[in-house]
Amino acid sequence: MYKYDQYDQTIVDERVAQFRDQTRRFLAGELTEDEFRPLRLQNGLYIQKHAPMLRVAIPYGLLSTRQLRMLAEIARKYDRGYAHFTTRQNIQYNWPKLEAVPDMLADLASVEMHAIQTSGNCIRNTTSDQFAGIAYDELVDPRPYAELIRQWSTFHPEFAYLPRKFKIAVNGAVEDRAGTLFHDIGVHAVRDAAGEVGFRILVGGGLGRTPILGHVVREYLPREHLFTYLDAILRVYNRFGRRDNMYKARIKILVKELGLNRFTAEVEAEWANLKDGASTLTQAEIDRVAAFFVDPQYAVLPAINAEFENHQLENKAFDRWVSRNVFGHKQAGYAAVTLSLKKTGIAPGDATDAQLDAVADLADRVSFGEVRVSHEQNLILADVRKSDLFAVWQKAKEIGFATPNIGLLTDIIACPGGDFCSLANAKSIPVAEAIQRRFDDLDYLFDIGDIAINISGCMNACGHHHVGHIGILGVDKHGAEFYQVTIGGSQGLNAALGKVIGPSFAQDEMADVVEKLIATYVELRFEDEHFLDTAKRIGIEPFKARVYDRKASHVAAETANV
Amino acid sequence: MLQRRPQMSEVRYIIRDREVIADDWQLAPAIAEGAAAHLPDGKLIVPLNVWLAQTDALTDRKQPVGVWLDSNQDAADIANAVSNFAVVAVNFPKFADGRGYSIATQLRSRYGYEGELRAIGDVLRDQLFYMQRVGFNAFAVRADKDIHDALKALKDFSVTYQGSVDQPLPLFKRRRLPELV
Repeated sequence: MYKYDQYDQTIVDERVAQFRDQTRRFLAGELTEDEFRPLRLQNGLYIQKHAPMLRVAIPYGLLSTRQLRMLAEIARKYDRGYAHFTTRQNIQYNWPKLEAVPDMLADLASVEMHAIQTSGNCIRNTTSDQFAGIAYDELVDPRPYAELIRQWSTFHPEFAYLPRKFKIAVNGAVEDRAGTLFHDIGVHAVRDAAGEVGFRILVGGGLGRTPILGHVVREYLPREHLFTYLDAILRVYNRFGRRDNMYKARIKILVKELGLNRFTAEVEAEWANLKDGASTLTQAEIDRVAAFFVDPQYAVLPAINAEFENHQLENKAFDRWVSRNVFGHKQAGYAAVTLSLKKTGIAPGDATDAQLDAVADLADRVSFGEVRVSHEQNLILADVRKSDLFAVWQKAKEIGFATPNIGLLTDIIACPGGDFCSLANAKSIPVAEAIQRRFDDLDYLFDIGDIAINISGCMNACGHHHVGHIGILGVDKHGAEFYQVTIGGSQGLNAALGKVIGPSFAQDEMADVVEKLIATYVELRFEDEHFLDTAKRIGIEPFKARVYDRKASHVAAETANV
Repeated sequence: MLQRRPQMSEVRYIIRDREVIADDWQLAPAIAEGAAAHLPDGKLIVPLNVWLAQTDALTDRKQPVGVWLDSNQDAADIANAVSNFAVVAVNFPKFADGRGYSIATQLRSRYGYEGELRAIGDVLRDQLFYMQRVGFNAFAVRADKDIHDALKALKDFSVTYQGSVDQPLPLFKRRRLPELV
């Protein structure tokens, strides 16, 4: 992975000093609340319900075990011994003290980490595919380009006060595991007919209040033009994006209001002035950064490992875990393992300091000392020998990260919700737990198969509910917490937005609702048909009929009350 | 309560070229569209619409003239006139309004403006580093803030990744040359 040199290190060190002084001035009354807000936000520091929350960047999801141990240490030293992995490859601490944040940042800087631009109206942490560099379906390794974008965006002086937050995701595989269609800019690393690397550039995707899929503004951008083209897009957005209404300030609204053709013409006109300028990438720089992402020293191994396959035959629980939590690897004899942070009873994405340390130890032993973070809020050991899988499974069970549910119903994506977040209309964590508890039969879960449930506590959609096969959105109804349900959303290249099935539900109804939706699917599916395909084929009506049938009286009462 | 009356003779300070100096420019207020502005004697920074409406009168005064752009105005509107100005000021109505950073970049990089580029309005210490990068060399720090304190922000960072007006070469073109950092 990327290693800082003295320049990178100086930048994060000077940031710590800058923020230490900003915090001091705030505490001394030299900065007002309003003046301090954008400064702390650009350092990932929110003021939450109970305490400040610090969001730390895990650029494109890569962590060394040294960094992971520091994240554990910070959880122990400044927090309550745990942390939360988010849906954007960040990690959050929910209980730090404001005065301690500069020290936390200094500790992070000591392991080449930071909280720079993890919040605020600026370019956020660049995200990518958690299987980058090892995926069997990869066309181009996106990591060097994600790192280049990280550097380009870090303290970009022109784009620190944008109309609204700005998120960039990079994908280099056939499948899109980075959600690029739902980012302000989606970058697809591709190859042209001659094999040269370039990018397909998408703009204007996003979830939130107005979910929209991104549009292609450029089918192929030769890679040396990456920065100048991004500069052109950001400049058009910075100049013309709306600033009068924060709900209409994202670039997706600008693209919509101008129309794709005019927006693209503006970008191209701006780019004509920047193209081939000083920011044009050089082969030397691409090579310098790419050299950090070469393959580790893989052993030459047979593709098939008899011992591993025996364990699969003899141990059903292991076999199940393999079928859900082990991902194909480009290197013969290796596999990628997803450690599930979705154990029933634990908030999705939460991990304790001891668990993080244990994962670091395991990664040092079996996966070249690296760990990855997925936007599904799980951890990945990317380079595990098949012969080590059984031992990894046993260790993962000890840690509590071996729930065999990746991509299954209980692998719920959820934001922290009303338990922590001051923006939330409703809680997310208890809803996730109620659903997980209802579906406690592993046979049934495997029978249901691939399904994504996403829960967001408000319209900001941190739980990406629009793209959940079943999406759950917390809404406020006369001061009470209710939940709106959508069906048929999906991520990936054929991404779609879910459709609302009808009036919202009370929190204690949610497990019943999901149970009925699933029962409808199980009854009406064709053999081996996934939930999403069934939902697409039959539409929302059969689900609606089932869910609202016995609720008819409630619905009537609710309608009467409105 | 005793009201302090603003006096014309009261000295205002700005940061220019990394120094706190007394400023002898007057900022003419914005006027309604179509109205004729009164042009007092002295070094005047006028709103864009006054410049556009009274270009001849302003050039005939034989005194240095400056113009100020609001954040929603376009640098292109003075692209052909930049050589007329001793000062171009860019107004930040709120510090969160970042349009002025793009206006400054365009004035310097595209339209070749080389005179004083001044940030006015809600200009606070922690914006100054970025403002300096995009080509501002003068800062009318908000009057209730300590301008000497604000000056420190110009040295917040000694290394920057991306090219901008102050250093067009991105770090990757300087990286192996420590003497240029």
